[in-house]
Amino acid sequence: MALSGGVDSSVAAAELLAAGHEVVGITMRLWGGDSDTGCCSIADVDDARRVAQQLGIDHLVFNFTDDFHQHVVDPYVQAHRDGITPNPCIECNRHLKFHRLSERADLLGFDAVATGHHARIVQHDGVWRVARGHDSQKDQSYVVHMLPQRELARTLFPIGHLTKAEVRERATALRLRTAAKPDSQDVCFITSTGGRTEFLGTRIPFRRALVVDAVDGTELGEAESLEMITLGQRRGIGLPGGGPKRYVVDIDHTTATVKVGDETMLDVDTMRVGDMVWSHERVEGEVRVQCSAHGATHEASAVVDDDGVHLTWHSPQRRVAPGQSVVLYDLSDTYVLGGGIAR
Amino acid sequence: MRPEAVDAMLPFLSERFANPSGSHRFAREARTAVDDAREMVADVLGCAAGEVVFTSGGTEGDNTAVLGTVARLGGTALCAAAEHHAVLAPVEHVHGVVVGSTGAGTVDLEALAGALRERPDVRVVSVMAVNNEVGSITDLAAVAAVVRDLAPQAVLHTDAVQAPCWLDLRAITPLVDLLSLSAHKFGGPKGVGVLMARQGVAYEPMVIGGGQERERRSGTHNVAGIVALAAALRGTDAERPAEQVRLAALRDRLVDTLVAELPGVHETVPRAQKVAGSAHVCIEGIENEALLFLLDEAGVCASAASACAAGAMEPSHVLAAMGVPRDLGLGALRLTLGRTTAAADVDHGIEAVVSAVRRLRRGRP
Repeated sequence: MALSGGVDSSVAAAELLAAGHEVVGITMRLWGGDSDTGCCSIADVDDARRVAQQLGIDHLVFNFTDDFHQHVVDPYVQAHRDGITPNPCIECNRHLKFHRLSERADLLGFDAVATGHHARIVQHDGVWRVARGHDSQKDQSYVVHMLPQRELARTLFPIGHLTKAEVRERATALRLRTAAKPDSQDVCFITSTGGRTEFLGTRIPFRRALVVDAVDGTELGEAESLEMITLGQRRGIGLPGGGPKRYVVDIDHTTATVKVGDETMLDVDTMRVGDMVWSHERVEGEVRVQCSAHGATHEASAVVDDDGVHLTWHSPQRRVAPGQSVVLYDLSDTYVLGGGIAR
Repeated sequence: MRPEAVDAMLPFLSERFANPSGSHRFAREARTAVDDAREMVADVLGCAAGEVVFTSGGTEGDNTAVLGTVARLGGTALCAAAEHHAVLAPVEHVHGVVVGSTGAGTVDLEALAGALRERPDVRVVSVMAVNNEVGSITDLAAVAAVVRDLAPQAVLHTDAVQAPCWLDLRAITPLVDLLSLSAHKFGGPKGVGVLMARQGVAYEPMVIGGGQERERRSGTHNVAGIVALAAALRGTDAERPAEQVRLAALRDRLVDTLVAELPGVHETVPRAQKVAGSAHVCIEGIENEALLFLLDEAGVCASAASACAAGAMEPSHVLAAMGVPRDLGLGALRLTLGRTTAAADVDHGIEAVVSAVRRLRRGRP
C-alpha cells in the first residue's frame, strides 16, 4: 500500500485490511529538496508511519529520489526549456508508483500494489479497465490512465468506490490522524513561497519574449521569461491591464515570440496526441476526451496512425498546450481507453 | 544492554533517585556513584578522572569538540570525508576543511598534511578511531604525528564511538586531546556518553547553566545512565581480548561463505585494516533497500548506510569518500557482530543473505 501520509491512502490501507489482505505500507521518498511540508516532506512521512502503526501494519520508506529526478524533475525542467507544458504528477504515476514501486513490490514477493487514487479498476470479459471513481468531483482516472493490462491486473484502488466525504468519515471513525488533513494540491517539489519561477529560475536561463498581436504582428511588449508562458495564459505576459482580454494563442520558441489574441483564436477543430498508451487495444471512432485533471470531456472522432492519434472535435475546442496529457474515454464517459501527450 | 549495566542502573531509577548536585545525604550517595563511575571510565581510558566529562552521547561529544574548540580558539576545524555526520556536520557548519579518505575509509595522511600546511588557521582536527560503516581502523599515532608536527596549535579529537569493543582505549587516549564515546555502542544505555578532555585543553561548553562537570557540561547528571555506562565499559574492556578472537573467526566465516556462495560479492575493506565485528560487503546487481526488506522478513537485522530524517536509506557518503562506484555502493550490506552473536546466528545470516540475493537476482520470487 503506497502511503503518502494523506487521508485517501490512510483509508485505503484500512479498506485493504478490512478486506482481509496482508498489508505493508510503503512511503516513497521522492524529493530531497524544499517542499511545503519540510525537507522531503518529513511531516507527511510521520503521518504515514503513525497511520500504519495505528492500523498495525509495517511501514517502510523506499528511497526513489534518483528515479524521481531522472523521470520527473529533469524532464519537467527540460520541457519548460523546450516550450512544453508538462504534467509531472502523471509522469510520477507512470514511472514511480506504477513502475518503480510495482517492480520492487514484485521483486519482494507482493501480489499487488495499492494506492489511494479515486478511480476504480474493473474487469469485463477478461479485459481490465480503469473506470472513473465513484466521486465524480474527485475522480482521478485521468492521472492513472497509463496503466496497461499487466499493471491493471495487479493494482488496487481500495477507495475508488467511496466519495471523499465517505473517506473522511471512515478516517474519523477510525480516529486516523489524517482524517481532517487537507488534500494536496500542487506539484510536490514546487514550494508555494518560491513557486515555479524560483524553481525553474535556478535551473534554466529564462529568455525574454517578444509579445506580438497574433492578427497583425504589432509588437505589444516584452515578457520576462518565455519558459514560464503557457498557451491560453492571460496574465504575466507584460501587457498593461484594461482593454480587451488577450490570451496567448501561439508561442514560437525559436524566435522567442509570443502571439496574443482573443479567446476564439485558441479554438481548434483537430489535435494530435502522441506517446499513446492503450489500456487494452487501439480504439478508433467516437470517443470522449479529457485534457486536464478535472476538466470536462468532449466528443471527438479518433483515427489511429503510426504517430499516435488524430482527433477531430465534434465542436471546436480550446487548443491544448503541448505536453499536457490527453485521455480517451468510452462514450459513456466511464472507462479509460488510453491516453497520450498533446503535440 | 549488558546485564551488569542494567543491574547497575536500576536502583538509580527507583530508590536511589537523588540529584548528585544536592547537599543532603541521598544526594551525596548519588554523587559517590557518579564519582565511582568516573574513575572506572578513567581507568579504561587511561586518563585522569578529572578528564572524564559525561555527556548525552557521541553526537554531543563530537559537536562539542568541533564547535566548542572553534568557539574558544577561533580559526576553523578539519576532518576527513568519511567521518560520522556528528563530526562532518559541525565541521561544515564552521565552514571547515574536509580532507579526502583512503580506499579503506581512513583519513588520507598526505591530504591531511597538505591541508594543514595550507590552512594554518585550523584549530581542531577530528579523525575517527574506527569507521562506523565499514569498520576500518585509523592509525591514530600516525595522524597525531602529522598534526603535532604541522599544526601544533590545533586540538586533536577522535570520535572513538566505535572503538571500545575492539581497541584498547589506553593506547588511543594518550595520542589525542579530546575523545568521544557513546554508551549504547558498548552495551550501555542510549542517551549517555563521555567526552575525554585532556587537562588544560579548553573548549566552550555547548550546554551551559548549573555548571556541572566542572562547568564543561551543565545539566543534572543522568546518574542511572552514567553508572550503567561505566559498568558496560568495564565489562567490555575485560572481555575484549577473548571476544575479538571469537568474533573475528565468526566474521571471517560469514564473509568467506558469502564470497564463496555468491558471485559479485566484494569485501569493502581488507580484514587486516578493520575491526573484528564488522562484515561489510558490496553486492553487485542488487539494491540494498530490497535486500534489507527480505532480510528483515527472514529475521536478520542488517543495515546499509544510514537513514535520512524520513527513514529512507541514503547513498553512503563513506563509500563515496572511499571511491566505491555509486552502483556498487547501492548494494552495500553492513552486518555487525557483537557480544550476543553466536555461531548459529552467523549460519542463519549466511543462509538468509544467500537466499535473498539469489532471489533478487532472479528477479522473481
